Amino acid sequence: MGITERLIEDAGLRRGVSLLTPEKIEKTIVAVLQGETGARLKTYAETCMRCGMCAEACHFALSHPGDPSYTPAGKVHQTMSVLLDKKGRVDPDFIYGMAQLAYTECNLCRRCVHLCPIGIDTAYIMSTVRRICHKLGCTPQYMQDTAHSHASTFNQMWVKDDEWTDSLMWQEDEAREEFPGLRIPLDKEGADIYYSVIAPEPKFRTQLIYQAAAIMHMAGVDWTMPAQTGWDNSDMCMFSGDFEVMGRLKRQHFESAQKLKVKRIVMGECGHAFRSVYDVGNRWLGWRWHPVPVIHAVEFYWELIQEGKIKLAKKFPGPVTIQDPCNIVRGRGLQQKLREVTRFLVEGDIIEMHPNMEHNFCCAAGGGVINCGPPFKNVRVEGNAVKAEQLKATGVKTIITPCHNCHGGLHDIIHHHKLGMDLKFLSDIIYECMEKPEA
Amino acid sequence: MHPPSLWNWEPGQRVILAALKSPEDCAWVEEPHASPDGERLASLAALAEGGFSALVNGEMWENTFEKAWYPRFSPDGRFTAIVQQDGMWTLAVDGAAWEESFDYLWGTEFSAEGDVIAACIQSGGEYGLCLNGAPWETLFENANQPVLSADGQSSAAVVQLESLKPADLDDFHKGVFGVAVNGEAWDANFMNVWTPTFDPQGKNVAAQVRTSLYDYSIAVNGKKWAGNYGCVWEPRFNPASGTVVAPVRVKGAWGLAQDDQIIWEPRFAQCWHQVISQDGKSIAAIVAPQFGQFTVAVNGKPWSVSLPVVTDLSIARQGEVVAALGCADNRDWRVMVDGRLWDGVWDMAWAPVISPSGGHVAVKVERAGRQTVVVNGRVYPREFTKVWEPIFSPDGTKLLIRALDKDAFLRIVAEVGRA
Amino acid sequence: MNAAYEFVTGPLAWIAWGIFLLGSAWRLISMYQLAKKKDASSWAFLDLGFSLRSIVNWLIPFNALGWRKNPLLTVTTFAFHVCLVAVPVFLMAHVALWTEFFGLSYATLPDNVADIMTLVVLAACLVFAGRRLTQKDVAYITTGKDWLALAIVALPFLTGFLAYHQVFDYQIMLIAHIVAGEIMLAAIPFTRLSHMVFAAFTRAYMGSEFGGVRHARDW
Repeated sequence: MGITERLIEDAGLRRGVSLLTPEKIEKTIVAVLQGETGARLKTYAETCMRCGMCAEACHFALSHPGDPSYTPAGKVHQTMSVLLDKKGRVDPDFIYGMAQLAYTECNLCRRCVHLCPIGIDTAYIMSTVRRICHKLGCTPQYMQDTAHSHASTFNQMWVKDDEWTDSLMWQEDEAREEFPGLRIPLDKEGADIYYSVIAPEPKFRTQLIYQAAAIMHMAGVDWTMPAQTGWDNSDMCMFSGDFEVMGRLKRQHFESAQKLKVKRIVMGECGHAFRSVYDVGNRWLGWRWHPVPVIHAVEFYWELIQEGKIKLAKKFPGPVTIQDPCNIVRGRGLQQKLREVTRFLVEGDIIEMHPNMEHNFCCAAGGGVINCGPPFKNVRVEGNAVKAEQLKATGVKTIITPCHNCHGGLHDIIHHHKLGMDLKFLSDIIYECMEKPEA
Repeated sequence: MHPPSLWNWEPGQRVILAALKSPEDCAWVEEPHASPDGERLASLAALAEGGFSALVNGEMWENTFEKAWYPRFSPDGRFTAIVQQDGMWTLAVDGAAWEESFDYLWGTEFSAEGDVIAACIQSGGEYGLCLNGAPWETLFENANQPVLSADGQSSAAVVQLESLKPADLDDFHKGVFGVAVNGEAWDANFMNVWTPTFDPQGKNVAAQVRTSLYDYSIAVNGKKWAGNYGCVWEPRFNPASGTVVAPVRVKGAWGLAQDDQIIWEPRFAQCWHQVISQDGKSIAAIVAPQFGQFTVAVNGKPWSVSLPVVTDLSIARQGEVVAALGCADNRDWRVMVDGRLWDGVWDMAWAPVISPSGGHVAVKVERAGRQTVVVNGRVYPREFTKVWEPIFSPDGTKLLIRALDKDAFLRIVAEVGRA
Repeated sequence: MNAAYEFVTGPLAWIAWGIFLLGSAWRLISMYQLAKKKDASSWAFLDLGFSLRSIVNWLIPFNALGWRKNPLLTVTTFAFHVCLVAVPVFLMAHVALWTEFFGLSYATLPDNVADIMTLVVLAACLVFAGRRLTQKDVAYITTGKDWLALAIVALPFLTGFLAYHQVFDYQIMLIAHIVAGEIMLAAIPFTRLSHMVFAAFTRAYMGSEFGGVRHARDW
């Protein structure tokens, strides 16, 4: 049992491994372990009692009953433990398997934290494994291409500078048909809110920009979007292990907000980007906290509702269920606000999945796994059979989830398991149900 | 009107525009912009019948356009906006569009004097810059991070020199990016290039480069420094010596290197936004001596005060004054000058302005939704609905305050000694 | 035999306690220095309140998700750790030694209770060993270090039990028991048993991150 029995061919991993020598491997591993890790990794490696309690945590493990190589400790056992025991003296084939495991069989969702009495952060260990893989040049092709896009264009989908503002103006034009006088104010200095998104929105999910603009307009929010780079808050480099480019991206993001002297950054319904700007990227840059407050869309909509700024013409017909995105639930504790917003919008019950809230199961797309592309689609779809069972057990037709990765991951699970369910962002529902100007 | 020495520096207040009015034929009027000399106030306006124009001191431009955005005053006081006409994009300057138009145009930049206006263009899917409407002779598959020399005679951008197939890792690793200066690409390609920057004469260009996923360095006119670093930030030319100074990361800590030699030992959790005085003798940078604590270091020595975030560093021409802003959580802004915090905590503060001579510092600030300026630590005794960044007279004795008081646009010249 | 007894309760005891105390202190101090130097962006978030919140919530049986999902292990591990600490500290024979050597005296456990608690420890060790042998997800990750730690902990209790019940030669068994106990003490800073030294801190750190940054429970 183990990763060696389920290797999948990937051009990026193959390319990286083909360029490795045992000397380079050892040198790189030792450099990362000695140069970039410290007491955290040391205590985790030493004090893990190998009790196996974490096996119950991981959706990959639960979806592969009887195969312990998918458990959190089992994954560490096959990767970091070997690197530490052998002091980096491993061969290129080992690196292939280690990389495939670290990038595609762990979502860095941190559910295992809730099952480890000692408080070992397996996500940190797997991130460190990924960092080593990045330093060895062994990353899955699609994820690496996304990292290249980040480095070259400051967004994850090779969107060129003109395409960004052109998309915004196009959405603004469209929206003005429905909302006369609507603006997507670009580079408006001193605005209350700087609204940032991920590159798939201007690229092929432009309706989300339309909807956000409609909500801002009807709620009378003083907002802006940047006309230049920094607008994309996403971050595959955080997940590929390219922390230098991660820092570069986050610097661009925060400094573009600082330059506009805005009060706060509100970001669209994305989980991993929130983790990057709220918790991770800022630290690499030396900032203890994000230098400009970062508010996830869930919290922002919650505030608007509290202030009476979202007025509904109708309610969305329930029942619905909620997929809690790890990065805003375990990462920010927004589970109650997510439910309060949902209750405000939906007529009917919220049928909860179990477990849920902080104890939710990941969608298996997060942590960059979906960005590893088609070769690994089945890894995450079959690796999350428990999610399919959870979804099916609710018996509802609509899933609300305020996260792009959850949408991508659940979409494939729904299709694979023929669940026939619909996925909604909160903004889909707010837009559909809110009061609009008389046509 | 330009230069500032020709502006009206007679102390006192003039009402330039008694009231901001939205004419009846406007669907809406956008955010106001003040000219540098304070003589004009301009806004883009959406017309009720469709299309856009601009209001300058209450007067509508004669021309209207399908769309207009990115309103900016040039340093010499011309009001510009990016406009669309017949589906093509160009720049309108004081209401008159350039003769040339492009499939797309954005990112207006000005020379220091304002006589040259540059913008990014896309034409037939190719990218480059145009100066006063004239595009580069050669356009590229992509061009971004544009920069214009201070005199406006040269422009540069990071350009993509070869196509990449989807998810093509090999070609990316070979390096397809470079810098084009006035449309002419460097001989050298790199994996990535960031933030090209000109020297004060506009003759040399330095940029951050990455030659592998892990090796960062600085390239000057296409020639990479011999040394590689864990990471680098934007280089700046020393105006006096012409050397290139850049933050570099060594073993996880940041310092400064000059022409590939370490001049500030890498011991900071962060080091960036370095500024250099005209005589080249003073270098200041925003640094974090420890994780989460930021301050300013001058010639390698950090100030004793630190705050969670420090921004907007500037240095006087002769280096006699160094000023920056600091804050916690984007609130509680403080002005930091020469290692001391000014009294006063603000909801927001704007980049400190240092007088061309005399070492005076003025800062636009906001508290409880009202704005004013602070000069040499003293708060101007009047608050406004909005102010623009203050401007010193060339001799440093007067301060121009451009302000909206309710909806009247005021031009105030204050004496610095009494401000 | 007396000389051997003198040796294991004299110099060897000093050495074992010395290794345990000094070794633990050294490990803690060097880990602290390493954390300050290399984990600054983690260290900065340590927070006493959130640390205690996490520790307390994990000290309540069946409170944390991990405990609820692993009932057998939960019962075993709580019983094991309580007895593991209580028996050696409060055993009448041990307290007598403190009195003899240092004049210290404090409450003791009745011998029959201590006897049962010793059996609890041994039974728990059997459960642990059984899991390592039969439960696939535990067997997969079990290494020699884990068996060593288990053996080091089981032996003092096994030998103590046998000595108390005078199975085999009492004198030999007693000396074996003392040596086993001293091995355990000395091994704490340098084996998997070091979780005794570090677990509070790893837990505290996770509690601090979840409490102070992520505003979520970590149990």
